[in-house]
Amino acid sequence: MSDPRAAILSRLRARHPAARPLPENPVRRFDWSPQERLSRFREALAAVRGEVVLVDEDWPLRLFAWLRARGANNLRYAPATELGQELEQAWPDGEAIRLMPHREPVETCRQELFANTDAGLTGCLGAIAETGSLVLWPSVQEPRLLSLVPPLHAVVLDARNIRSTFHEFLVAEDWVGQGLPTNALLITGPSKSADIEQTLAYGVHGPKELLVLVRQDLGLAGGA
Amino acid sequence: MIPEFPVRVSQALGNERVRRNIRRTMDGLVLKRHKAFPDEHELAVLRRRGKLIRGHALAHLPDLLEELERNCQRNGIQVHWAETAAEGNALVRDILRRHGADLVIKGKSMVSEEMGLNHYLEAQGIRAVETDLGEFILQLGDERPSHIIAPAIHKDRVEIAQRFAAHFPEYPYTEDIEGLTAIARRIMREHFGRAIAGLSGVNFAVAETGTLCLVENEGNGRLCTTAPQVHIAVCGIEKVIARLDQLPPLLTLLTRSATGQPITTYVNMISGPRREGELDGPREVHLVLLDNGRSRIHGDPQLSSTLRCIRCGACMNHCPVYSRLGGHAYGTVYPGPIGGVLEPQLQGLDRLGELADASSLCGACGEVCPVRIPLPALLRRLRAEGVRGRQGSRVVGQGSRRKPLHRLIWTLWRWVNAYPSLYRGLTGLGTRLRWLMPKHLGPWTRTRSAPALAPRSLHELARSEGFRGE
Ligand code: SF4
Repeated sequence: MSDPRAAILSRLRARHPAARPLPENPVRRFDWSPQERLSRFREALAAVRGEVVLVDEDWPLRLFAWLRARGANNLRYAPATELGQELEQAWPDGEAIRLMPHREPVETCRQELFANTDAGLTGCLGAIAETGSLVLWPSVQEPRLLSLVPPLHAVVLDARNIRSTFHEFLVAEDWVGQGLPTNALLITGPSKSADIEQTLAYGVHGPKELLVLVRQDLGLAGGA
Repeated sequence: MIPEFPVRVSQALGNERVRRNIRRTMDGLVLKRHKAFPDEHELAVLRRRGKLIRGHALAHLPDLLEELERNCQRNGIQVHWAETAAEGNALVRDILRRHGADLVIKGKSMVSEEMGLNHYLEAQGIRAVETDLGEFILQLGDERPSHIIAPAIHKDRVEIAQRFAAHFPEYPYTEDIEGLTAIARRIMREHFGRAIAGLSGVNFAVAETGTLCLVENEGNGRLCTTAPQVHIAVCGIEKVIARLDQLPPLLTLLTRSATGQPITTYVNMISGPRREGELDGPREVHLVLLDNGRSRIHGDPQLSSTLRCIRCGACMNHCPVYSRLGGHAYGTVYPGPIGGVLEPQLQGLDRLGELADASSLCGACGEVCPVRIPLPALLRRLRAEGVRGRQGSRVVGQGSRRKPLHRLIWTLWRWVNAYPSLYRGLTGLGTRLRWLMPKHLGPWTRTRSAPALAPRSLHELARSEGFRGE
């Protein structure tokens, strides 16, 4: 029985290119003030049709209004997170927009999730000013489909967690050292496609609209 | 049977509609890339870095593949190796069979095109559904991608609307792009809600952390890798990089070169199957590492630069030949300049050597390539090797393109140029008998007038002016 692995590796080893040092790769980052990081993040995200609003503790009300304006009937969220708690406490009207705690494995709530969920709420690890990207590390409490399947996606971001570049982000937070989650994500705007005549259409598979609620009070003074 | 290359070329040139569609897209993409790199200096630094990172990975390829395998396995990803497309296909089939899957949903993957996976699975009774919007449109008509990034650019909205109407009569006819997209979303959602297995490609495989990185705008890639029970990633062995911190420069080179985007909507970094307690994600993740000729390319010090390619498509967008022909004329999975370099190496100069001729050698591809692959130099090398062969080279089909007539002509040419009297006699004869020269010289004179020979050759004129053997 042939062993493809051994055969491939031995063919690759037959040539002996000189060992090369790891190429230099200085961390690309910018010394932007917290205020500038926020404004750049906003601009970059707006360029790809992501909406950004500044909020404080009243964020659930802002979210409610946004969902209402879009005719959403329900919101799926992660009940075991801090955000989930805050949401439950401050939600104005569970009749108008029903809160749907997301607790079950996808196998048992597939239909609900794919067919009957209007909006999803998640937190994020932070954001990237240069490209307007959100950094998500889905977890046991906050699974990955929440940010993907519902047609509307809302994210709560703490302004102090915005860094200048992706490069800075993953080095500063030592992603390699702490180990990656099953599915780290960068999300930059709603889902889109340009496959028909290179014309942008939104919401082809993922969310059609993306709202970022930025909590500013928590950190502009501190800023990393 | 796919017609010969020259036949396909004239077919392509005769199709005005496709030419218009392709041209429009290419011009748009060239402009977008141009705007995405406003700073020449930054671009130069980035391209150099991209070249070095990919070059480093290739120089250490066997070690990095082993490291990738170790770290993937530690993360719970099952790693498989395939020497050929057939082996890769069989591996995928076996995994699907084990799970009793008769349907697999697919994110965009050029490697799976290279393997001919869809047709293979179909023959085995497993349906493969493309979910990328462009690929979905093509699959409805059993067509192949004409571009590696924008697969359906040869079609316009009217054609797509008609195709949808024929396949999905339950939806009202629309030529509106948002409307067409919405129909596709509805149809594919049903598959996503149901499929047991998903398949994707890989843009970069990070050895250090055992992470598979995928970029996309639609979200179908995320769905294929998250919603089903099993995720299978197919990946060329050259896609590995050493370090996680090498991702940012490569990502920015890739997305800006491809579509002018600073970043794609989703950057998906997968480091393992569903963990204890998690509510979603596949229970198994499989990585299929495909060689299919790559290790042979790797063995050649010059040609191995082909493997630096990050599949951005910029070389085809900027290619005057591609933008007139479109991808189908090439008849291969990878068209354009990278196709002209890669395909003859994968499949042999005897079969596809003529693709290396499909270039004016204007140099645009080499200038835009984000990892600085010297595409024009490689095209020239493959052209030469097609007719002459080369010591130590392992390219398949060397010398196969040399014809007896060519051999005869070049032998005569050598003689004529080696003997001055013979040369003088022949040029003299040529100018005297110039009235015998035909007015029509094959395709050349279809749009040009035939060149006229002068009554006296330059040498003769020079001699009459008193020059002697200078
Ligand atoms: S050869 Fe260069 S320009 Fe062409 S697809 Fe590959 S990376 Fe892009």
